[in-house]
Amino acid sequence: MTKQKKNTYASSVSRRSFLSGLGAAGVVVTATPMGAVSNAAPVVAPSTLSDTAPETLEGAIPVTLRVNGKLIDLQVDPRTTLLDCLRETISLTGTKKGCDHGQCGACTVHVNGRRINSCLTLAAMHEGDEITTIEGLGQPGNLHPMQASFVKHDGYQCGYCTSGQIMSAVALLKEKCGPADTDVKELMSGNICRCGAYSNIVAAIQDVRQQA
Amino acid sequence: METFKYTKASAIPEAILAAAQSNTAQQGAQIRFIAGGTTLLDLMKLNVERPTQLIDINRLPLNQVEKLPDGRLKIGALVRNSDLAHHPAVSSDYSVLSQALLAGASAQLRNMATTGGNLLQRTRCMYFRNDAMACNKREPGSGCSAIEGDNRTLAILGASKDCVATNPSDMNVALTALEATIHIQGPKGERDVPIGEFFLTPGSTPQRENVLEPGDLITFVTLPAPKPNSKQVYLKLRDRASYEFALSSAAIVAEVSGGKLVFIRVALGGVGTKPWRSLEAEKVLHGKTVDDKLFLQAAEAALHGAQPQSQNAFKIPLARRCITHALTLATKTA
Repeated sequence: MTKQKKNTYASSVSRRSFLSGLGAAGVVVTATPMGAVSNAAPVVAPSTLSDTAPETLEGAIPVTLRVNGKLIDLQVDPRTTLLDCLRETISLTGTKKGCDHGQCGACTVHVNGRRINSCLTLAAMHEGDEITTIEGLGQPGNLHPMQASFVKHDGYQCGYCTSGQIMSAVALLKEKCGPADTDVKELMSGNICRCGAYSNIVAAIQDVRQQA
Repeated sequence: METFKYTKASAIPEAILAAAQSNTAQQGAQIRFIAGGTTLLDLMKLNVERPTQLIDINRLPLNQVEKLPDGRLKIGALVRNSDLAHHPAVSSDYSVLSQALLAGASAQLRNMATTGGNLLQRTRCMYFRNDAMACNKREPGSGCSAIEGDNRTLAILGASKDCVATNPSDMNVALTALEATIHIQGPKGERDVPIGEFFLTPGSTPQRENVLEPGDLITFVTLPAPKPNSKQVYLKLRDRASYEFALSSAAIVAEVSGGKLVFIRVALGGVGTKPWRSLEAEKVLHGKTVDDKLFLQAAEAALHGAQPQSQNAFKIPLARRCITHALTLATKTA
C-alpha cells in the first residue's frame, strides 16, 4: 500500500508543481492581478536556488537570513514579509499563509527560539536572526517528537494549520505553562484550526510534555 | 501595500532626526517607526497606514527592565509584551500588568509586540480598518460609518459625534491603573507625560490619538514604586475565552487596611475611546469600608456618563458587573 502510494506520487505531477505551472501560465493571461502580486513579492531569487540571471528592481535591499542553520543572501523588496520571503523566495512552503494579518497562526515560525507570526514582520528586519521553520524541525524519517506526536494523536484533519500548530507547540515546551489542558489551550489560542482538531492537538502536546 | 523606504536606526538621536521630517506622528504619518510591526504592518496591508518611510528601531538600546534607586520600575519601549509579563519584578509587584498583558493577543503576538508599540495600538473598529468606509479617524471629515453601523464592540465612554472607536489595549488599562509615566524623546528634547495625559479623546479630531509630534520616540515607561500591601486584579470579559478583545475590562489596584479601602485605583478597558481611568469610582471607594453595595455605587459612578450606541447598551450592565466583580476579587481577604 505504502509502496504503491510512493510510486504514484513519484510518477505523477505533484499538486505543488501543477499549481506552480498554473501560476506561470497566469502571468500571460491575467496581467493585472499578477502585477499586484508581484508588487509584494521578492524581486530577486536567491543565487543559491536559481540558475537564471537575477532580475533587479529599484528599491530592493540586501538581507542575509539564517534559515534552519543556512545563511542565505537575498535582495528583497522592503515590503516582503518574512512569511512571503520564506515561501516565495526561499521556497520553504511548509510555513503557511492563512489570514496574513496575525489572526490565525498558520505562519508561525521561530525567531531566535521564540514563536512569532511571520506574516506581521518584514524579512529585512531579521538580518542575523536565527529563523527556524517546520522544515528545520524535522523531516520524514527523522521527526521532531512533537511532529511524531501529532501523527500519533491525529492532531489534524486538512493539515493546513498543522505546521503553525507544531511550531507553536514546540515553542510552548520552553514557555511558562501550567500542567492542565486548559493551560495548553490558552497558550495555543493563537493557532486556529478550522477543522476543529483541537482536542487531539492538546493530547499530542500533553503527550510530549509528559514524556519530557 | 504601497512601497516605502526602509532604514535601520542605530542610535536614538538619528532615529528622531529622521522621523522629525514626517508631516505628522498621528494618522497619515509619512514616516513611521517600526518595532514589533504587529499593528503597523497589519494596517499597511489594509492601506489604512501608508507611510513612505519606515525606520526600524529594533536595534536601539531600549529593551531593558530595571529597578531605579527610588523604587520605580523603568521599562524600555522595546521590551516585548511576553518578556514584560514574565519579568519577576512585574509579576510580583505589578501583577495587574502581567495579568493584562497575558490576557491580550496570542503568545506569538506577545513575543513581537513592544511596550511602546502597545501604547500606540490602534482601534479594531471595522470601519477604521476598511478603507472603503467613511471614518473620521482614518480620513478626517469623511464621516463615521460606525455610529449608524455595526457598533456592538465600540465605546460607551468618551465618544463624540465624530468617532466612537474603542482603544483595544489591555496593557494600557493596567498602566493607567498603575499611573505610569510615558517618557518621550523628541526633536525638542525629553519630556515625561503621565499616562492620563498621553491619550486624547476623539472630540472633533479623532485622527489625533495621543500627544506625539513628528520625531517623538517613546523611550521608556516608568511605574511608581510598588505598593507592597496592594492587591491587583485585571478582569477581562469578551466573546471568547481567549485571543479576543475586551468588551469590558477592569484593572484594580486596591489596598485594604482595617476593612477600609486606603488606596484604590480603577481603570476600564473595552468601553472607552481611550484607556479609561475612573476617578469617579475611586472617589466613591476611597476610605470606605469594603462592601458589595459600595462596589455597585462605584460602578454606577464610573458609568454615570456612559452613552451607548445603537448596538452596545449591553455594555453598561456588563461593565457594571465587571467593575463590581473585579473589586470583589481585589478586596477578598481569603
